[in-house]
Amino acid sequence: MKDGKLAAIPRTTPVQSATFTNSVNAEIRRAAATGIYDIRGGGAKRRVPHFEDLLFLGASISRYPLEGYRERCDTRVTLGTRFAKKPIELDIPVTIAGMSFGALSGPAKEALGRGASMAGTSTTTGDGGMTEEERGHSTKLVYQYLPSRYGMNPDDLRRCDAIEVVVGQGAKPGGGGMLLGQKISDRVAEMRNLPKGIDQRSACRHPDWTGPDDLEIKILELREITAWEKPIYIKIGGARPYFDTTLAVKAGADVVVLDGMQGGTAATQDVFIEHVGQPILACIREAVRALQDLGMHREVQLIVSGGIRNGADVAKAMALGADAVAIGTAALIALGDNDPKWESEYQKLGTTTGAYDDWHEGQDPAGITTQDPELMARFDPIEGGRRLNNYLKVMTLEAQTIARACGHNHLHNLEPEDLVALTMEAAAMAKVPLAGTDWYPGKPGF
Amino acid sequence: MQTINLEADGLRSMNAALQGQSTDTNQTSWEIVNPKGSHAIAVGLDAPIEVTVKGSTGYYCAGMNKQATVHINGSAGPGVAENMMSGTVIVDGDASQYAGATGRGGLLVIKGNASSRCGISMKGIDIVVHGNIGHMSAFMAQSGNLVVCGDAGDALGDSIYEARLFVRGSVKSLGADCIEKEMRPEHIEILRDLLEKAGCDAKPEEFKRYGSARQLYNFKIDNAGAY
Repeated sequence: MKDGKLAAIPRTTPVQSATFTNSVNAEIRRAAATGIYDIRGGGAKRRVPHFEDLLFLGASISRYPLEGYRERCDTRVTLGTRFAKKPIELDIPVTIAGMSFGALSGPAKEALGRGASMAGTSTTTGDGGMTEEERGHSTKLVYQYLPSRYGMNPDDLRRCDAIEVVVGQGAKPGGGGMLLGQKISDRVAEMRNLPKGIDQRSACRHPDWTGPDDLEIKILELREITAWEKPIYIKIGGARPYFDTTLAVKAGADVVVLDGMQGGTAATQDVFIEHVGQPILACIREAVRALQDLGMHREVQLIVSGGIRNGADVAKAMALGADAVAIGTAALIALGDNDPKWESEYQKLGTTTGAYDDWHEGQDPAGITTQDPELMARFDPIEGGRRLNNYLKVMTLEAQTIARACGHNHLHNLEPEDLVALTMEAAAMAKVPLAGTDWYPGKPGF
Repeated sequence: MQTINLEADGLRSMNAALQGQSTDTNQTSWEIVNPKGSHAIAVGLDAPIEVTVKGSTGYYCAGMNKQATVHINGSAGPGVAENMMSGTVIVDGDASQYAGATGRGGLLVIKGNASSRCGISMKGIDIVVHGNIGHMSAFMAQSGNLVVCGDAGDALGDSIYEARLFVRGSVKSLGADCIEKEMRPEHIEILRDLLEKAGCDAKPEEFKRYGSARQLYNFKIDNAGAY
């Protein structure tokens, strides 16, 4: 057979495997070359059912809308009304989630405090203790009580505005943490009482209590130390939201903070981020059901987090029963993280704008998640605070716009009946009807 | 001497009275009667006062203590003197789990035995146990001194950082990255001082010192098998 005839025979088109994709294969090669699992931040990157799978119905003949520029739509929220003598009053229901000094620079913490305070909301410490930058610039500061107890002391407990006992977080329910040695500056080392330059491990469970009965006593101790003034939050990852919320309430929580698997600022193994925990959409209604079964919905407030990006997400979370939301990744982006102006530097790090997630390595071109003085100098905390305030304002305005369109004069009046789902999965998780039907999977009576 | 009847006055009233003492208070001597194993007794104190608890206590007695001396005439439940900043806590009897957990300063003396996880994640506190301690004690211990006049249970000092462990008796097993270390003259002096403060007549020369091999300080894949 001549060569020309051979070339004319149709060839099988090369087909990429849907199972062994290029990115899967690249990870196999990386693992084979290094022997180490991949650690990153950024939360779950896989597509999971989320708030964009829900739609608001808006007003109709059965409901009439509020006029956007004339009729008030309140956004205030009070957190900690169950036991605390001094509940937290916030102007908006969007709070800043816990992120540690150490993981973040001091100026970044300052910017979070500035922006949150301008917007009338709270910010939260993290695994590393309370810094003056953060306390000084945060009108309302939530102090995290973590397994590592880095920086924990009774004076800071008394000068915070609320205490958040961290049991788990969405990126790694059941997991601890590690701050790599390259981020352990003199100051971070001193605050954590550990040598400079070593990897600092954070335990996955608390050192002095092991279950809900113990937790109840631990909360009693914290309340006694702080004269019952501070609201006590309990933060849980999106693992078993019904039972965890029930137990948190039983243990005495004023507020439950529920973090879904999209929660992104915590660094851990990629396999942990992508394969442990549930999307926040799957968690909210179960947590609300637990509160309702206990007669505690709205008496114990619910804050949800994990992938909140805009006012629509805020409104949807609240329609599903949350009292407020918390943002972490979105706040960092508002400060300037993953900004295209640093693209050439992201490329030097082997990544690109929007995909940079190695915040734990301390080489952040934006100067936010680093302790390197030269990189930190790139970040202006005043400008960062202004940007965060702007972003929080926009989120609030967007949520108000939606609430008014649904006929509500307070964001808290949004309800599941305002929503439909675009997919079967979202309908099942959010327990709202699939669009065009009056049904969702698992609905009683069907 | 100020006397508080915990059963009659209640926990909040008792802690408020003790927490309300200033650094220059004249009311320096307090007695708590009828503790009956209550939790969170004498927590968050911040004055140079002496508090004697006439009986045994529940969880977290003297938690986050600063400056005060708290003397428990009985045994203590879990987490006695947890996260203590300074001052002294003395337990005449035994102590349950997590004694001195995450403590940052001060001295905790346990005249009986201490259960598991004694000194877990300690960050500067000194702990002297006249008797034995249970398993997983000094887990992730960062700094400070743990002195054990009796024996230590399994996995002593697992994942330890820079804390010093002194044990006079046997150690059932050492945890990951914890090794026996040379007892140098400065350690003898530290130990002599702590034993004296704790009212213990043991001789420093009878102890062995344990601490970190510092092999787990930075993640290496070859160490994965150590966990």
